[in-house]
Amino acid sequence: MNVIFMLWLREVKRYLRSRSQIIASLGQPLLYLLVLGFGLGAVFRQAGQGSYLQFVAPGVIGMGILFTSIFSGIGLLWDRQFGFLKETLVAPVPRLQIMAGRTLGGATVAMIQGALVLVVCVIFGFRPQSVAAVPLALLFMALIAIVFSALGTAIGSTLRDMQGFQLIMNFLVMPIFFLSGALFPLANLPAALTVATRLDPLSYGVDGLRGAFIDAAHIGVALDVLVLGVLAMVFVMLGAWAFSRIQV
Amino acid sequence: MIKVQNLNKTFGEIKAVVDVSFEVRPGEIFAFLGPNGAGKTTTIQMLTTLLRPTSGAMQIDGLDPVTHPLEVRRRFGIVFQDPSLDQELTAYENMDLHGVLYHVPRKLRHERIELLLKLFELWDRRKSFVKTFSGGMRRRLEIARGLLHTPKILFLDEPTLGLDPQSRNQLWTHVKHLNETEGVTVFLTTHYMDEADRVAHRVAIIDHGKIVAQGSSAELKAQTGADTLEGAFLKLTGTTIRDEAAGSADAMRQMARMWSRGQRR
Repeated sequence: MNVIFMLWLREVKRYLRSRSQIIASLGQPLLYLLVLGFGLGAVFRQAGQGSYLQFVAPGVIGMGILFTSIFSGIGLLWDRQFGFLKETLVAPVPRLQIMAGRTLGGATVAMIQGALVLVVCVIFGFRPQSVAAVPLALLFMALIAIVFSALGTAIGSTLRDMQGFQLIMNFLVMPIFFLSGALFPLANLPAALTVATRLDPLSYGVDGLRGAFIDAAHIGVALDVLVLGVLAMVFVMLGAWAFSRIQV
Repeated sequence: MIKVQNLNKTFGEIKAVVDVSFEVRPGEIFAFLGPNGAGKTTTIQMLTTLLRPTSGAMQIDGLDPVTHPLEVRRRFGIVFQDPSLDQELTAYENMDLHGVLYHVPRKLRHERIELLLKLFELWDRRKSFVKTFSGGMRRRLEIARGLLHTPKILFLDEPTLGLDPQSRNQLWTHVKHLNETEGVTVFLTTHYMDEADRVAHRVAIIDHGKIVAQGSSAELKAQTGADTLEGAFLKLTGTTIRDEAAGSADAMRQMARMWSRGQRR
């Protein structure tokens, strides 16, 4: 238990110490929030969908969590590069505990990042329906964070060097973001796109956040929780399996 | 303390370690001397549970690293050839994390950390981030860390690679001191003749994965009729070890070091 806690603490400490990185990673969500929020706002309202800023804010929060948690998993690659990975792998500790500590740490960091994005959204005019929405929203933020931290760990365990990073970014992370319905409503899409959005784990996260914050879930909050819960278990097992196979 | 019999490791076609047998007695400083690519690191990786042997038997303090990896890991400390510290943490945090990974109880952990950091002259810098440390300080910290859980055996894989002569001297003084005061058995690899000659009680010369000869430095000299260990090595292997003949793996490592140093700027 101690081991898991220490490795969790390490992730959190490293995050809190990289202030410039925290600020930098707020930049992208902010860009989407402000440029799209105000840029598409007029069109969105004319289409009778209400405020686009209100609509896009949960998506942007989901995006912040997605990026941070995937990257924290891929941080494994840096530990490999700088050698620290060996220190943990040669310790008399089961790999599962190491993986658990890292993944929980990554998920926590992603949650903090998500909360920061939420604060930024509120500053720029996002209004959740009520304070009572917060616990359910936090649950979704946690689920998104765990799902993608575990996925990041699985990816980080498989990649050998930074070469594959761009590949993951362009063919996995960006599609997950764009297909999640973070930027557009999931209703009335072409059939192919509907299927694609349903296969994207983040869709359920963003939908859940929208349900919690502005009571505008499309898929349904209960189904969102169920799907994310199952996916979290599956991805954690996948991550643990990939991590257990790492060779020095 | 360490027993190895007919150890073999092949990577596809390449025979990295061939029929290696040796024994390290408790409290001894034992050196593997050989050029880059001789199989030194591969042997250490097998002894320290990071790699499975192709065939052969090993015992660390009476336990087989293949069948009892966790118990074996508790018994040794290791300083890898490449750095393995977390640079974003402080010296103290690196030590503390290691102590938790090795289940050292809190109170004892803090005592040991203070003792070792003072011994390795790093106590004043305990709150500094490792990324601000010089190469010599990092090596010292790695050795201090390797000793935190009071291991019976300390593995040192080319611990002085890339250090200036002064840091090398200082490091060996510390290692000898620890060997004498705490009685820790030391297994080290090096390609520096003078280090093996000066520090180790016994030396095994390894070349192309095979042990060519073993014994104390004096025995090896007597056996070959050479008056230096370097001469003995030359007679036994037919080659000298030269830094400029470093293998490509070594060159890569140097590059990686330079690169990571550049990164910190």
